[in-house]
Amino acid sequence: MKHIISVLVENEFGVLSRVVGLFSGRGFNIESLSVAPTLDPTISRITIATSGDDQILEQITKQLNKLIDTIKIIDFTGQDFVEREMSLIKVTAEDNTRAEVLRIVDIFRGKIVDVTPRSFTIEVTGSPTKIDAIIELLRPMGIKELVRSGPVVLGRGPKGWKGA
Amino acid sequence: MKKTGSQILLECLTLEGVDTIFGYPGGTVINIYDDLMDSPIKHILTRHEQAAVHAADGYARATGKVGVALATSGPGATNTITGIATAYMDSIPLVIITGQVPTALIGNDAFQEADVIGITRPVTKHNYLVKDVKDLARILKQAFYIARTGRPGPVLVDLPKDVQMATAEFSYPDTVELRGYKPTFSGNARQVEKAAKMILAARKPVIYVGGGVVLSNSSDELKQFAELVQAPVTTTLMAMSSFPKKHPLSLGMLGMHGTYYANMAVTNSDLLIAVGARFDDRVTGKIATFAPHAKIIHIDIDPTSIKKNVRVDLPIVGDLKDVLQTLVKKLGERQELIAAMVDETTGWRKEIDNWKEQHPMSYTASKTIIKPQYVIEKIRELTNDDAIITTEVGQHQMWTAQFFDFSQPRTFLSSGGLGTMGYGLPAALGAQAAFPERQVIDVSGDGSFQMNSQELATLVQYRLPVKIVILNNNFLGMVRQWQQLFFHKRYSQTCMELPIDFVKLAEAYGATGLRATTPDEVENVIRKGLETPGPVIMEFKVAREENVLPMVPAGAGLNEMVLAS
Repeated sequence: MKHIISVLVENEFGVLSRVVGLFSGRGFNIESLSVAPTLDPTISRITIATSGDDQILEQITKQLNKLIDTIKIIDFTGQDFVEREMSLIKVTAEDNTRAEVLRIVDIFRGKIVDVTPRSFTIEVTGSPTKIDAIIELLRPMGIKELVRSGPVVLGRGPKGWKGA
Repeated sequence: MKKTGSQILLECLTLEGVDTIFGYPGGTVINIYDDLMDSPIKHILTRHEQAAVHAADGYARATGKVGVALATSGPGATNTITGIATAYMDSIPLVIITGQVPTALIGNDAFQEADVIGITRPVTKHNYLVKDVKDLARILKQAFYIARTGRPGPVLVDLPKDVQMATAEFSYPDTVELRGYKPTFSGNARQVEKAAKMILAARKPVIYVGGGVVLSNSSDELKQFAELVQAPVTTTLMAMSSFPKKHPLSLGMLGMHGTYYANMAVTNSDLLIAVGARFDDRVTGKIATFAPHAKIIHIDIDPTSIKKNVRVDLPIVGDLKDVLQTLVKKLGERQELIAAMVDETTGWRKEIDNWKEQHPMSYTASKTIIKPQYVIEKIRELTNDDAIITTEVGQHQMWTAQFFDFSQPRTFLSSGGLGTMGYGLPAALGAQAAFPERQVIDVSGDGSFQMNSQELATLVQYRLPVKIVILNNNFLGMVRQWQQLFFHKRYSQTCMELPIDFVKLAEAYGATGLRATTPDEVENVIRKGLETPGPVIMEFKVAREENVLPMVPAGAGLNEMVLAS
């Protein structure tokens, strides 16, 4: 089953490898990972998407909690949350396809952030399934290069984790 | 006043109450060793860094204090890994200081460089690379705090040479501020209340005790609890010394080489109260048939131990001492209910006594050949209750656990989780350094002994009178036993074909060597060995193909024991 976990950690060297070590040590692949400081610059927020056996993931979550540098863990499994991912897509855009690419970008409320006579670079944001969808539509045009940020998530509702 | 990093390190150790450290010098710790000459701390020079960590571990297990080991960078540090992993698996509080190449060279494949932080990450509770001498005092304070609190464990501090030489104003912090580390101390009151109710309702209770009871110094509380509810107590290898084996409620050890009656009691119980244990696979056997009729209460300071291997009906996270005290208090307020429960469980205790009578711990004695179990029994007879026994890993370890009646906590030091051969001799060295007046005995096999036999030199140099018992069967006996039982006696690489003259080996190091080859020589050799000052090797030529029994074969249930060959 797919899980998204947010881990708030001390913003120090070596912490990320402790966190990912708990996954790799059990042969778990991390599907995506995003890390950046929070409002409090001494704290970093790591968002991890992974999938696997629920019981082992519960064990990993407990182990994450046990790390000295871990301040808080939020497992979004079974919770209501907002999920957004950003992607930059460099797509072939020559005379015969330029208009079609623009139409697709428009439908997905994307932006063109770089233009050449033979290509567009598109910025698009949304749920991972939305990103999947635009990639499928652009694939026939010829995708030259692509980068996805991996999802970042926040729980829905007024409650927030203070300081982050 | 400004001090150098190496001076700050030694000051901090002194302020933490460290009197003895174990180590081995080298290029990146030479500054520390120089300052050591002006420090009140006693340093014991082992002959291998692995042994230095095991010695610190033995010191820690015997005293309850944090053990400290010191090693140089690169190979010195990598040699400590087995020692650190051993301590990590058994939750032993250690602080390991390793030298590191100067910060400017880190990552350059410098001479004697290794990524020690990376290598030790999975086998330490926490580790630190110190990059600025100004952080050193705070980091050491945290290292000791983390090592000894919560579920204890080893913490490594990697100290680059330039940080040791740099100077800073020294002040040792009074407190530790770690927002991500706040171990739960008191058990949740409602959970403890629920536990009390479950215990009062139990008709076939068993208390299953792990190493946590030793680590948290809760043996007295455990005894109070067990006696109050008159529930039988079985211990793991790690908890061996936490509950007197001669106590009428004692079931001895459970698991793969546990007693018949302990395993039967667990299998038939209706309430299993796990106290500071972690349901290791050597304890549970096949999970599906482990305590199938029992509700399980699990008390542990480490939430990750709970529900890791088995389902748990009632978890209580907290310090065992605190939880057991609260539990005893809550139960003690209900004398009538307790009396009724004790009365109702009389039949259960009788059932257990029947199992004890049917299959007591036993072995076939011999008049012509030395049985290893006989040696263990004789040592018990000829030593005091406060003798500290260490073991290596293998058959001799299990026989010691089975046939030695431990009665005081911290008198049995053995590598339970990692199962490290070569642990016992250096651990005995560490325990003897902590208690120069007590009897310290390493029970060993001929295989394990040779994994750290170089430490004989350390024993002789520091006049540490450890007595070493070698049960010599010229085999790697435990693996041989498995080959006999499960691989049609194909003894692949388990025969130690070269017979070692352990008496001469002892003499070569300046120790005393004694040997018994027949049963009637055993008692004399032990008496003479224990009386002889200084380190002594007592070698016993034992029955070569004796097996450790009873045995639960790997993957079988606890009720499927092999009782006799």
